[in-house]
Amino acid sequence: MSTKKGMEVSIAASVAAKLARVEAIAAYPITPQTHIVEHLAELVANGELEAAYINVESEHSAMSACVGASATGARTFTSTSSQGMELMHEILFIASGMRLPIVMAAVNRALSSPLSIWGDHSDIMAARDTGWVMVFCENGQEVVDSIIMAFKIAEDRRVLLPMMVNLDGFSLSHVIEPIEFPSQEDVDRFLPPYNPLYTLHPDKPVTMGAYAMPELYTEAKYSQEMAIRNSKGVVKEVMDQFSREFGRTYNLVETYNTEKADTVFMALGSINENIKTAIDSLKEQGKELGLVSPRLFRPFPAAELFEVLKDKKKIVVLERAMPGGAMNGPLFNEVASLVVANGMSVQLENFIFGLGGRDVEPEELMEVYEQVVSSGKITHADNKNYGVIGVRS
Amino acid sequence: MAKPMDQYKWHELTVGCVIEDVGNAMEYKTGDWRSSKPVWNREKCTKCGLCWLFCPDAAIRQRDDGFYEADLDYCKGCGICAKECKPGAIAMVEEER
Repeated sequence: MSTKKGMEVSIAASVAAKLARVEAIAAYPITPQTHIVEHLAELVANGELEAAYINVESEHSAMSACVGASATGARTFTSTSSQGMELMHEILFIASGMRLPIVMAAVNRALSSPLSIWGDHSDIMAARDTGWVMVFCENGQEVVDSIIMAFKIAEDRRVLLPMMVNLDGFSLSHVIEPIEFPSQEDVDRFLPPYNPLYTLHPDKPVTMGAYAMPELYTEAKYSQEMAIRNSKGVVKEVMDQFSREFGRTYNLVETYNTEKADTVFMALGSINENIKTAIDSLKEQGKELGLVSPRLFRPFPAAELFEVLKDKKKIVVLERAMPGGAMNGPLFNEVASLVVANGMSVQLENFIFGLGGRDVEPEELMEVYEQVVSSGKITHADNKNYGVIGVRS
Repeated sequence: MAKPMDQYKWHELTVGCVIEDVGNAMEYKTGDWRSSKPVWNREKCTKCGLCWLFCPDAAIRQRDDGFYEADLDYCKGCGICAKECKPGAIAMVEEER
């Protein structure tokens, strides 16, 4: 039996971790992740969750403690945001290289400077190639379901990789939504206890995280790369099983109104709900816009994206991180690779939006649509390859 | 290690490159990194064992007569033994190969 409750999404994320029966948690509080780790600390302190809660002095230590805890075979959870993720950065690679199935709720927030506590994707885009499996969530229900699925994916013997569940800071983490919680019994059936391949245990000593000479490093990294590439099939399998057992459907690539539309927006995270509102309003005016969102971001679901994008005329990639001097934003660059690799003939547009918590209303998205359909290739100010929605100039 | 490092294919590696056979560092002889080796002056040596204690690679062993010597298969020639030797009985002598 599942129960439906109105709850802040952060609290719901910690309840999901509890339902997954996490055994070790190491985290350092940072806005807007704070409520997740605070509530977990409360659950552990009250004896409602039997887990080791490791208090640490920084995010670097938090992820290091997670690596150690996961290496002993404990189901390990953490959460961070923004500067905290940057401080973890070094250890993120170690977690994936050591193939430790740590699950992290990544509450996406802007990076300083200027200092901003608000949401965007600067943090996760800076960590996108750390070898973690990554999914993005649109609403609180997806956050809860994705955290439960994440353990099953990460701990699968065919994967054994850490996994991040991304949710937008404030616009998702701090909103109160009606969320359906599966029963403990159903979660236990879906997610059995973690059965680690190797553990740090004095009875059977092993060496983890050893040095690799130039003769071996390439093979080691290639084997890790094959693991993340091959994880896609397991992600799909777990999403399908979840859909069957809990009645909520999850796909590697989510689409909305893509059948009729020649023009599609591509975006990640909570903006998708605003895009859907814009799509519905456009539909009332007899205009067709579609949405394509890679729920799975790492490994990049190129084949699944190609399936939905192959007949499209215009693809508009919207993203919440500045390119940092690159030709385009990071998501656009991957879509452009996909387009070239498949010899597609399509108009590609790139817009940056929602930096440092700047709201983007459906009306602004509708304007972007009008601008794209009414023109050939858009020429942006200063000969940039991308536009910035709402920038005052 | 079952075979030399440069013969492993990527799919033959363990998950996360975990080393399952403990103590296999013995198979990797690091002595050829050495540019100088420790030589004991037995007239000065008091058999105190500080060199044995301080050797970071456990490459010094005690002989039956109580004196110490380096296992040159593993001694990297770091010179810590010579530095720590109180009576100054150990000299680092450049290798000629």
